[in-house]
Amino acid sequence: MPTQNAPASMYRSTEGLGIWEHKGKVAAVGIGHSPTARRWDETTDTSLGAWSILALRKAIEDAGVRPEEVDGLVMAQETSTGSPWPSDKPIPEDFLNTYKSTDNPLDGIARLSADWILMNMPELTNVNFTMYGPGCMSNAVVTAAQAVGEGLTEVCLVLKGWHNFGGRYYVGQGAAGGNTVTGPGKYSTLWGTVACYTTAMQFEAYCRKYGKNHDMMAPFVVNEKRNGLMFPEGFWAQHRPEVLTVEDYLAARWIAKPANLFDNDIPIMASAAYLFTTPERAKDMKQKPVYILNVASDRTRVRSFGPTLEEAEAATDETGRKIYEGSGLSPSDLSFENMYDGFTLFHQFHLEGIRFAGVQRGEALDFYATDITIEGPNPASPSGGNAGAGRTRFWMHTDSIQQIQGRAGDRQIRKPAEIGVSGGPTPTGGNFTVWSATPG
Amino acid sequence: MPKQSPVPDEVDKPFWDAANEDRLVVQNCKDCDTLQHPPVAKCPDPACDPGTNLEWKEMSGRGRVYGYGVMYDCPVTILAEDQPFNIAVVELEEDPGIKMLSHLPGTPVDDVPVGAAVEVVFEVTPTTGQKVPEWRVVG
Repeated sequence: MPTQNAPASMYRSTEGLGIWEHKGKVAAVGIGHSPTARRWDETTDTSLGAWSILALRKAIEDAGVRPEEVDGLVMAQETSTGSPWPSDKPIPEDFLNTYKSTDNPLDGIARLSADWILMNMPELTNVNFTMYGPGCMSNAVVTAAQAVGEGLTEVCLVLKGWHNFGGRYYVGQGAAGGNTVTGPGKYSTLWGTVACYTTAMQFEAYCRKYGKNHDMMAPFVVNEKRNGLMFPEGFWAQHRPEVLTVEDYLAARWIAKPANLFDNDIPIMASAAYLFTTPERAKDMKQKPVYILNVASDRTRVRSFGPTLEEAEAATDETGRKIYEGSGLSPSDLSFENMYDGFTLFHQFHLEGIRFAGVQRGEALDFYATDITIEGPNPASPSGGNAGAGRTRFWMHTDSIQQIQGRAGDRQIRKPAEIGVSGGPTPTGGNFTVWSATPG
Repeated sequence: MPKQSPVPDEVDKPFWDAANEDRLVVQNCKDCDTLQHPPVAKCPDPACDPGTNLEWKEMSGRGRVYGYGVMYDCPVTILAEDQPFNIAVVELEEDPGIKMLSHLPGTPVDDVPVGAAVEVVFEVTPTTGQKVPEWRVVG
């Protein structure tokens, strides 16, 4: 039977569910990352497939398990950063000769199926559970946590890969390139919206509502870039170790005002994998287990064009309540927050929604002017997020695990890393995880 | 500004046909009496299952500016030469929850009067001649 998307019943997307039934009974142990690249150079060993296999093997090795102990795989099939493989361009011969192929010739190049992974990782001889957590690592993480909690798998790999080819991010491609438009683009692309437009529109409304301005984002974005340069797995640390100053940020060109260049993230290629298991099995593994205290999901139904500011705030308020309800925690329990930042201009919706450091609605931009560094009392987004390490939507999860394991290196927060929260992507549609040094 | 021509489909053809007649219509679910836009094949409210009891209601063509952004790096080829330009969100008088985008023709770039009254006009798109609803600030 083909691998299926996780059913709606696996997500905790409503309030009133009480404490998560698997609280503290699932742990992250291993982490594996591929290198990063701005774009694929079309060599086999840097392909999406090759790097995803590499990340998986590293996660297995990092956890200290034998490949045959792995019995589950949860991953996302979609891998696009916004650049499609040209329909008239052949798949490189060497890639086809190196890897076994599925029915889809783009498997391992511009998408990833569980079948492709298992066909090309012969050492995974005992995987009897596969499932897709569609879209992002955030989805795959909560799906895998639920699967381990439900006993569907005991030693589960979690994977997300991204490809990036030539061309500018969606510019002139697909629906944007034609003189006619079909599908949902009739109500958005037709007007010229870019990916960050909706967030920019929300942020403009946020500033009007609370009397803030775009310049007040500078401390947060500068801190994101700083944290990212301390993330050796990330794109900027590996390829462009450029320090961003407040002046750089304020002088950056607009993309969709009030979103500027640095409020957007850079599309890259990279893959990451984690190994999840039960606390019992984790005892025999190499790394300190990081316990999952709750998973929560948001499935806001946006009314019309949007989401609007009001919808973003309502959704993230609800996400905050679900995070604390299912974990039994409160905002003061968090050592750090790693909520999503791609685009930077919606991070405050997430941060205020979980009331991190007691920050209430409309206060986040003032909070950014306080000490939000890894050295300070309230580390905000210590991963550096997409802004600091490239567009993957998984740095926040890797960092949360590493912080609690004490393996975040130069990025290690100075206060004890006991409990953190990560997740995204958007304020009105995401999946969130609470990580802890203890089972609660 | 020359826009892409929208290609109507089975679901939204009445919306675009009405635009060609200089009329603004919005889809309404008769079961829950709720307007919805963009048009969809069925009402998203599970209580209305199967949700196909839909109709089209004519709107007054009046609304207000909810918010906006200014596009400087537009991905749409046909609009690139007109940058920078406004993209405003307009909410309808009949139901502010229903929102549509607009370039606000006649309004200077980045000088958008949020909250101002607007009224619909219909623009011809060059490729197919299909009209699209646009909005102008009034008063």
